[in-house]
Amino acid sequence: MSGAEARRAVLSPVRPTPAPPVPYRFPRFEIAYLDNGLRVIVAPVHKLPVATALLLVDAGASTEPAGRDGVANLAARGLLEGTMRRGGNELTERFERLGAGVFAGGDWDSADVGVTVLTAHLEAALSLLGELVLEPSFPERDVARLRAERLADLLQLRTEPRGLADEMFARFVYDPLSRYARPEEGGPDTVATLTRDDIVRFYRIRYRPRGSTLVLAGDVSVDEGLTLARRTLGQWDGTAERCAPPSEAPARTTRAVHLVRKEDAPQSELRIGHIGLPRSHPDYFPTLVMNAVLGGLFSSRINLNLREAHAYTYAAFSGFAWRRGAGPFVASTAVESDVTAQAAREVLAEIDRIRAEPVSADELSLATSYLGGVFPIKYETTDAIARALAALAAYDLPVDYFDTYRDAIRAVSIADVQRAAEQHLHPDALQVVVVGDASEVKAPLAAMELGPLLEYGADGADITD
Amino acid sequence: MRIPIDSYRLSNGLVVTLSEDHTAPIVAVNLWYRVGSANERPGRTGFAHLFEHMLFQGSEHVAANEHFELIQRAGGTLNGSTWLDRTNYYETVPSNELALALWLEADRMGGLLPAMTQQKLDTQRDVVKNERRWSMDNQPYGTWSERLPALTYPPSHPFHHSLLGSMEDLSAASLDDIANFFATYYRPDNAVLSIAGDFDPREARALVEQYLGALPRGEGSIPPLADMRLSPTFGGTRREVVPDMVMVPRLFLTFRAPVFGTDEYYAGSVLGAILGLGKASRLQRELVREREIASDATAFTFDLTQGADLLVIDATARPDVSSDALEEEVAREVTALERDGVTEAEVERAVALIETSFVTSLQSAGERADKLSMFAAMFDDPFLLNEQTERYSAVTVERVNAFARERLGTDNRASLLYVPKAGDGGLPNEAEAASGAAR
Repeated sequence: MSGAEARRAVLSPVRPTPAPPVPYRFPRFEIAYLDNGLRVIVAPVHKLPVATALLLVDAGASTEPAGRDGVANLAARGLLEGTMRRGGNELTERFERLGAGVFAGGDWDSADVGVTVLTAHLEAALSLLGELVLEPSFPERDVARLRAERLADLLQLRTEPRGLADEMFARFVYDPLSRYARPEEGGPDTVATLTRDDIVRFYRIRYRPRGSTLVLAGDVSVDEGLTLARRTLGQWDGTAERCAPPSEAPARTTRAVHLVRKEDAPQSELRIGHIGLPRSHPDYFPTLVMNAVLGGLFSSRINLNLREAHAYTYAAFSGFAWRRGAGPFVASTAVESDVTAQAAREVLAEIDRIRAEPVSADELSLATSYLGGVFPIKYETTDAIARALAALAAYDLPVDYFDTYRDAIRAVSIADVQRAAEQHLHPDALQVVVVGDASEVKAPLAAMELGPLLEYGADGADITD
Repeated sequence: MRIPIDSYRLSNGLVVTLSEDHTAPIVAVNLWYRVGSANERPGRTGFAHLFEHMLFQGSEHVAANEHFELIQRAGGTLNGSTWLDRTNYYETVPSNELALALWLEADRMGGLLPAMTQQKLDTQRDVVKNERRWSMDNQPYGTWSERLPALTYPPSHPFHHSLLGSMEDLSAASLDDIANFFATYYRPDNAVLSIAGDFDPREARALVEQYLGALPRGEGSIPPLADMRLSPTFGGTRREVVPDMVMVPRLFLTFRAPVFGTDEYYAGSVLGAILGLGKASRLQRELVREREIASDATAFTFDLTQGADLLVIDATARPDVSSDALEEEVAREVTALERDGVTEAEVERAVALIETSFVTSLQSAGERADKLSMFAAMFDDPFLLNEQTERYSAVTVERVNAFARERLGTDNRASLLYVPKAGDGGLPNEAEAASGAAR
């Protein structure tokens, strides 16, 4: 017997069946409100001597005043640039000598600032966190620097096809008046005009305890957590009013192909999608499961088709971006230039197919058992637990959300999936965005007749002939 | 911070490490094979990585892509990765599915070859070529990960050539190559299996024995790598200028460094953190915040355990800053550190940040298992995991300064400098001057 045969001979042909499942519960947590209205969520998890503190403020990009795109990002990042008591260098140095890498940023719906730190340093880190949230100084020079850094990022985007494709997709999908049509961190026109006054004004309106949430997750008790919250943020005051989410009006109601030129690109970046659903939509779970079958997993239809059957790409996936307003649905991939049109056709065919026929019981069970099963794996770290609890706050989810999540996933039926596909995927409204080499991809895309073909430069200027 | 560790060896040579943690009902399985791009033969660059893709294309009792499907259906996550000197495969699953993960790993360790077909190889070859286009060829600065080892290791050195490989070499890979590579390197006596998380040690040991214990050792010895040792410094200053489709210059300033695990490594790692980890690091403070030369600047090590490691400074210029100015300003910071040394406070800051990041990483069962595999595979000692924070804490100002004197000099610097190609929005004169300097 050869070596290879000897190896095969000892293999067990019978795939093992699972042992009985071990019950799992999301970490217990307490929600309390300070006198100033700040919501505090404490989730004691004593696995390792670490804790995460995450402050969520209702100051995301969608709360910016008109014409001030980018101010939310500059305000969040500006928190780390200094306080009334010390400059940015000293502030970050103090954090880091505690071993705490402090971060500040945000998304469409919230600004967040936080740290993960060894338990021994939690109190000191929180004290600094309170200082930068309550007394930021936004030094003029650092504001100018952050603005220049954002403009530098925007400049670099012109040769970065993935980021460029994402931005162009948003622009071609949403009505220009919707905030979602424009870059989350602001485009060059508004960012260049942002001043320190804009940031201070935004900070004064949006950075308020009523409407904000402090999450403490990790090696900390509920009592300790509440005491620390009161000590560090108890003096904060005021209310941030909830803003209406950005408009969900589309840029166009019929399908079109948008070709953004990138000369000599060896691949095309593809984004195919349309406006999706707000996080609060009652079809959240059916839509999540439907997308898992379509393009949410490695073993999903879009990836198995484009990667494993056709070898057009390294990876292809789809997803709904869940926001307070209706974020986009988008299928994304990067394919070799000469198969760009065929790849776009395959994505469109998969979207048609999941609407036309019921998914199989096998596909449904793969999606639901995956989504339910990975749930505990997603929440191994204090940072992940804190972020999950922050989402609970940001999207007004019920307190038993995590305890009922797996039941909600398992309750989704084949009929639910089909209904979600029929109602929330719109083949005629899909915008097909291609960032690639026009000399290679334009003619085949035109021949495929997916819709009118529009052409743009890397700066987004319409150059359709 | 210590985690429980147990380790033993099966009669077929497979090293097993176990680390229990019952805080969540999940378990991580992680396999390291001591083979990476360094083991590729001439004309087959990229093969170790292509081979990793083939390990998801089925085996004796598993259909193509079924490994992915079975693990995801079980509610688990999985992947694999290829590095210069190792390849790993891993899954994290609900703890009642430990047997499934072990069975799948055993089936491909023992029965890969019957499932291999020309069509699967052709498909994965195209997938990998698209991975290369996606991560390197169509990404600004994307080729740095291939150019930097080429610039800093001699042509004959196993770390010199491209990990993702050339398109020509990928095209040349055959089913015979698959069979040979499998027989030579994918064998229990060239692997480490780690299990971390919620398991019963007696049951886990029994399952490991049941599924992997009977696999025979590999036949013949594993071909040794060419001599990996290198002198402590480059022996001069190296420089490569790459005109690319980019909007602003970016510099990778690299130093030859001691391998992971040595005392000097920890001093070098702390030095790297002083230079470029965190907002209060020297490069962030001086180049980003104070002088506004760079929009970002960090430093990191490759963490290689054989031959020689690399310490890399990665700095991206602000749009109005020339590539010459970027190079000069970064060099000035390095020279200042080499000449004047570091302070006690800087060492403390760096060690504190490293310690927090190390401890937080151990929250994840997958990370625990991967680190255990690393110490077992590369040092024959998984218990080293529990010594890491002490190794960092033991670093002193004197040792960092000694490292700086020995390793940061002009006799040990390699600059890989990306500049905007004329016509891509950069300053044409600057790009031409840079191309001239590249000769």
